[in-house]
Amino acid sequence: MNLSQNSEPILEAKDIGFAYDKRKIITGVNLKLHKNELVSLLGVSGSGKSTLFNIIAGLLKPDTGKIVYEGADITGKSGIISYSFQKDLLLPYLKIEENVALPLLIKKEKKSTAIKKAQEMLKEFRLDAYASNYPRELSGGMRQRIALLRTYLFSKDLSLLDEPFSALDAITKDEMHEWYMNMRRRYNTSTIFITHDVDEAILLSDRIYILGNTPSTIKAELKIEVNNRNNDFKLSESFLEYKKEVLRNLE
Amino acid sequence: MKNKKDSIYPIAFGIVFLAVWQILCTLKVIPAFLMPSPIQIIKALVEDFPLLMYHLAVTLAESLIGLIAGVLLGLIFALLMDRFIKVYKTFYPFVIISQTIPTIAIAPLLVLWFGYDLLPKVILIILVTFFPITIGLLESFKSADKDEINLLKSMGASEFDIYKFIKLPSSMGKFFAALKISASYSVVGGVISEWLGGFRGLGVYMTRVRKAYAFDKMFAVIIIISILSLLLLKAVDLLQKLSMPWEEK
Repeated sequence: MNLSQNSEPILEAKDIGFAYDKRKIITGVNLKLHKNELVSLLGVSGSGKSTLFNIIAGLLKPDTGKIVYEGADITGKSGIISYSFQKDLLLPYLKIEENVALPLLIKKEKKSTAIKKAQEMLKEFRLDAYASNYPRELSGGMRQRIALLRTYLFSKDLSLLDEPFSALDAITKDEMHEWYMNMRRRYNTSTIFITHDVDEAILLSDRIYILGNTPSTIKAELKIEVNNRNNDFKLSESFLEYKKEVLRNLE
Repeated sequence: MKNKKDSIYPIAFGIVFLAVWQILCTLKVIPAFLMPSPIQIIKALVEDFPLLMYHLAVTLAESLIGLIAGVLLGLIFALLMDRFIKVYKTFYPFVIISQTIPTIAIAPLLVLWFGYDLLPKVILIILVTFFPITIGLLESFKSADKDEINLLKSMGASEFDIYKFIKLPSSMGKFFAALKISASYSVVGGVISEWLGGFRGLGVYMTRVRKAYAFDKMFAVIIIISILSLLLLKAVDLLQKLSMPWEEK
């Protein structure tokens, strides 16, 4: 299957391999992310998704291969790609606006400017009512929204999301999908999305890489083409077709 | 948090306790040379009040200076030992050993080396107050959330940022718990060092009245010391509420 696009990829993982205690976890992983694309890494638990996530985020150094971001080798370097995961990791001692502004504060922006930007962003997503609350006062779904805004504010070009919605209940999850698609319509951030939820992957992604085997590698690549991404898509014929194909590849 | 009705129990117990004590003294069940009655103690307290306040000011100053210096030192030790593993490995055993030295034994030496004034007292208070702070902070720095730290690192945070945004704020609870211990140690430490050499302070007053067998005054000064400790603890509580606004009210 050749699904490569004409433009240069913004991020590329080349021949990534990683072993833990001499046990190979992933091997020969190649993947590309193009500008404004959302690519999912889909796999069952234990398929090395999170290891791959840590390697791309630069928190782990792979044994083989490299990560290339906009032409530069960033293997093992953190601080370039922002990420968010299942745990929202909002700092409990900071107000919501300060949490959102955190990446800017770390980049040494002036506190008042950083807070102002965070407030504008919260306002844009109608979350400004929570600006001066503390995280513990918010529900899981709300906290995850804040975490996504923070991720976006750190790096507008690229974000890496590791099962961000998997801790939420089904109804909240649907709401979050809708909210997230809306956010993506506004900010077309290139995104790598890690998930074990087949429906979620099909609903949100432009392309899906399916991880599997032991040690894990990319078993299949699937392009999702849909004009109008919304919750109706989930009930359509084509959605089921995609799902069949994904499930066939996951086996 | 605290229910007003709940405080009725300790108050009632206190009143009953004092009443029984007073009655036992009035009936001479307890001989006067062994134990003064509550009324005698209050009389002594009122009589000697100006003198007590004079000595209190001295002890309070020692305690506060010693406590602040001890807390700062404890904080610096904890930061250095957390940040540099070699500092930790080198000095941690000595931090522990420093607490095995009996205060009573070292206080006269401090007087010998540093005289009868403020300095030896402050040093002794530092010695007893830095320890809870160092241990409390160190433990809580080390147990800071690894995922939060990684997230900040992924944003390019410096070590300083990690202390500022994660390690220090997440240690506040432990810090204040330790500060309460240190605050009460600081008063006791000050009094003990005054016993063992000095011209002013509640400890000096205490030694004098003890030598004069003025047990009513002895109890009066104990009350003053208790009140001082309680006020310090209350101040720590207040400080904690002000500096941890993210906690549940």
